[in-house]
Amino acid sequence: MKSRHKRLAFIVAGLAGLGGAAALVLNAFNDNMVFFFSPTQVFAKESPEGRNFRLGGLVEKGSLKREDDGLTVHFVVTDTHKDITVTYKGILPDLFREGQGVVAQGRLNPDGVFYAEEVLAKHDENYMPPEVKDALDKGKAKNVATPTGATLITQ
Amino acid sequence: MAKKINWFKYSSPQAFYPLAGKMIPWFAVAALLFTLPGLYFSFFVAPADYQQGEAYRIMFIHVPAAWMSMFIYMVMAGYAGMGLVLNSRLSSMMASALAPTGAMFTFLALWTGSLWGKPMWGAWWVWDARLTSELILLFLYIGFMSLYAAIDEPRRAARASAVLALVGVVNIPIIYFSVKWWNTLHQGSSITASKGPTMEASMFIAMILMAMAFWMYTIAVALMRVRCEILERERHAEWVAEVLRPSRAR
Repeated sequence: MKSRHKRLAFIVAGLAGLGGAAALVLNAFNDNMVFFFSPTQVFAKESPEGRNFRLGGLVEKGSLKREDDGLTVHFVVTDTHKDITVTYKGILPDLFREGQGVVAQGRLNPDGVFYAEEVLAKHDENYMPPEVKDALDKGKAKNVATPTGATLITQ
Repeated sequence: MAKKINWFKYSSPQAFYPLAGKMIPWFAVAALLFTLPGLYFSFFVAPADYQQGEAYRIMFIHVPAAWMSMFIYMVMAGYAGMGLVLNSRLSSMMASALAPTGAMFTFLALWTGSLWGKPMWGAWWVWDARLTSELILLFLYIGFMSLYAAIDEPRRAARASAVLALVGVVNIPIIYFSVKWWNTLHQGSSITASKGPTMEASMFIAMILMAMAFWMYTIAVALMRVRCEILERERHAEWVAEVLRPSRAR
């Protein structure tokens, strides 16, 4: 075995060990790596109790209500299994839409309402012009199989 | 029978110096040739997004910059590892020539992302897994360059910084898969191997053109920097004195 083979073996073994260690550490910290908890997780008591955490999910369609002061909003965050009502006073981000992803930071009150101090919009990985979106929605309305992103590219 | 090419010839700094000099203009011109249609596609051909309007166009810089930040790190660590194993001087010079460009692309990805994040998400910065691991990548680049600069003797500097570069490789899959492994605020990849890109064709073309432009730029700039590095580290060699003699300077 030449000395450069030895060095190569040493480096490969070192990287493999390091990779394994990193995998174990990340696995152990898995719960702390999540950015938000879904309503289902909150109901399963996986979210921290009595302190702030982030709640993530979709804004339920038709659930957004604005109070007369124009700043306080109520909406329902859902993951299609469980729902949580959120109350927030402040300016909503541009991408905040009903049916879109949202992440709210705040506290869950005993009455089951989530009081948010900050609301962030979560964007998905789909980019398309408005006309394509319209076509997609029409397709959905007719209950036709909606084209996926893979077929979008051929249009 | 094909003539056997001696690939190792160009692993000597003396042979690589003029070769790099000859390659630089080609890659520089290629970078320009990709940038012009890339920017044209980005601004005029690609349609506005159905939700974000025009603001999404920042991704034509953001996404290729983020790709390059990760890819350059892999190449840099590869060269650094090669330098450790083979004791070849040119490999470690290439590693240190790539680092500043990688750091620049990392910063660019973070910066453009932040500019996009404020209007779209509602926050300049969040500590989610994707953003945090990309920030660690920036620190790795800075650490690599600082460590290299802090040790006077170039061979020891190269060896120490190579170990740092190799250790940092662990971060690359974490960045790439962070949006899959954990729930993050950052969206998932629009372009994956398993399914087609989830975007319009012209948007995809603009992104690929910009990515190619960044590649060509990176190669041109890294070659320029490695030429400086060669002259600096081989300054006691006779051929460098020959190259730098005023009568031969162009």
